[in-house]
Amino acid sequence: MTAIVVKKEGPAGVAPTPTLNSHVNNYWRRVRGGDIGALPAVVMLVALAVGFSIARPSFFTAGNLANLFTQGAAVTLIAMGLVFVLLLGEIDLSAGFASGVCAAILANVVTVLGYPWYVAVLAAVVTGLVIGTVLGLLVAKVGIPSFVVTLAGFLAFQGVVLTLMDEGANIAIRDDVLVAIANRNLSPALGWALAAVAVAGYAAVQLLRYRNRAARGLLTDPLTVVGARIAGLAVILGVAVYVLNLERSRNVLITSLKGVPIVVPIIAVLLIVWTFVLQRTSYGRHIYAVGGNAEAARRAGINVDRIRISVFVICSSMAAIGGIVAASRGNSVDPNTGGSNVLLYAVGAAVIGGTSLFGGKGRVLDAVLGGAVVAVIDNGMGLMGYSSGVKYVVTGVVLLAAATIDALSRRRAAATGNR
Amino acid sequence: MSATPLLELRGIDKSFGPVQVLRDVAFAAHPGEVTALVGDNGAGKSTLVKCISGIHPTDAGEFLFDGRPVTINSPRDAAALGIEVVYQDLALCDNLDIVQNMFLGREKRSGIVLDEPTMEQMAAETLAGLSVRTVKSLRQHVASLSGGQRQTVAIAKAVLWNSRLVILDEPTAALGVAQTAQVLELVRRLADNGLAVVLISHNMNDVFAVSDRIAALYLGQMVAQVKTTDITHSQVVELITAGRSGGLGLTGEPGGNGAAPADTTPGAIR
Repeated sequence: MTAIVVKKEGPAGVAPTPTLNSHVNNYWRRVRGGDIGALPAVVMLVALAVGFSIARPSFFTAGNLANLFTQGAAVTLIAMGLVFVLLLGEIDLSAGFASGVCAAILANVVTVLGYPWYVAVLAAVVTGLVIGTVLGLLVAKVGIPSFVVTLAGFLAFQGVVLTLMDEGANIAIRDDVLVAIANRNLSPALGWALAAVAVAGYAAVQLLRYRNRAARGLLTDPLTVVGARIAGLAVILGVAVYVLNLERSRNVLITSLKGVPIVVPIIAVLLIVWTFVLQRTSYGRHIYAVGGNAEAARRAGINVDRIRISVFVICSSMAAIGGIVAASRGNSVDPNTGGSNVLLYAVGAAVIGGTSLFGGKGRVLDAVLGGAVVAVIDNGMGLMGYSSGVKYVVTGVVLLAAATIDALSRRRAAATGNR
Repeated sequence: MSATPLLELRGIDKSFGPVQVLRDVAFAAHPGEVTALVGDNGAGKSTLVKCISGIHPTDAGEFLFDGRPVTINSPRDAAALGIEVVYQDLALCDNLDIVQNMFLGREKRSGIVLDEPTMEQMAAETLAGLSVRTVKSLRQHVASLSGGQRQTVAIAKAVLWNSRLVILDEPTAALGVAQTAQVLELVRRLADNGLAVVLISHNMNDVFAVSDRIAALYLGQMVAQVKTTDITHSQVVELITAGRSGGLGLTGEPGGNGAAPADTTPGAIR
């Protein structure tokens, strides 16, 4: 009943708040209309977690959960950068080896040259910025398809890593701070504190927005939905922090191992920052516009070339951060850092999470959800004792499934006019 | 009908290389009126619009805006004067919603954060001011709108910025009967709100339905600019196809070399 009333509402702003019921109905209609977002990733994640937990009880342990985060971190970070490139309908095939180059720079600066860790991190990120700028200029100003530019980058950066690594030797990372990123944990108290800050911040943002819109007589989400979102986040973070704060050391007398891995808040902060940029700034709005209709964006006075260059810069910089985390996790950098399946896993993560390969649709959160799916497959199948061969095949099939869902939902959305 | 036109062009020449596309064109658009710009394919309608909107520089001629001479060198200059163009292919982003499209490139911000509530309110007020009641929600993606609704959004986007002259390039070309009526009604309302409206159209029914004046281009020359009430359907068609009709239009041989248009006095009313 209420849904019908809302439907007939004019655009003149003063509208009754839809009820919980109509909100759920609207969501379901959007999903059926092809606007599925990250739903497949969430469903897949839950199904995989349940499946692996039943098949291998060791999957569902605090120790393995912590492993999942550190295993998936590098791929997730690279995928977060790739989302920006994919939003324009472009691709960056060089992101994997770009992270390798940045990791190699990091290792050379900190270990070979002996500079402090922050100089090395800065050098790695600046390397990422430079790589992204060059790729972006070639795509936007010269007009070479991004597929070709980054394929060339993929080959060339592989060689650069080899050269930086002195033809194949690997360089150990011994700096305490760098090693800590992927190998140490927050103290349990700090973990709880950060989770509390996150929930409080989210609640404040959501409630302020609700109040602001309601005060101006604009359509708002029902308060129950807003509350459910906040409660949902609180429960997820609470459970995660609780489990990660459990003792996971096999022998407590030798060493105590508990707390949230340090890499988790790093990913969380980057997720918040990039989500803010995409959803709440005009720069982010312009990225979506260029991805949706570049000609319309140009006529609206948006500098399309600058947007195009900037997304490659963001992508390569995030690849640099991914490379730093990978170097930390491995305690070393070798010629294959950022190689083999890293790039494909990262593209897979973004697409599985719901970012469209056709441009114009996607969120940074997609990369995190998709990254979790990829990490769970990799980790779970490892525990099941499957060989790398089987893992690759399964990951490939999952990626194909995600791309199929993307293409089909796009077609469906076009048919129902929902995209 | 106000005495001074909002926009007045005199003696506009425009060539692309050896091809002279516009020849000594005079044109006027009055506030509160719909001026229909008609002409066959290749007559120079689009070129004239692109000159007005600053996309093409003119070779010769003067622009008067509000009676004052102005120079328009870029789309930015045109926008600063309050000239907005609604293109045939709409230039909307399918993946953005109505509010996002209306403010694209000119988003309202508080600090670095987008000010969504203000934008949504302004969009709602603009649409309400145009008496648009057909869209369900301002937050629906433009892809889910019908052709007429999309055209409405494109027009609303153009009037959002206190624009004074709105140029519509074939706004009804791709629409059905009911939607065409809807959009024409909106075009009329723009003029009634005091804007100067220039309507490019091939459809004589549309032209006679909403326009106050008709300006006919023939092979790059303005052959007539007359009140709609002073001219008949078939006369307009003759002007479009032959460049003259009875006492109207070209005096020399049609399309003859340098034939002087019969009436290029700006705003002349017959």
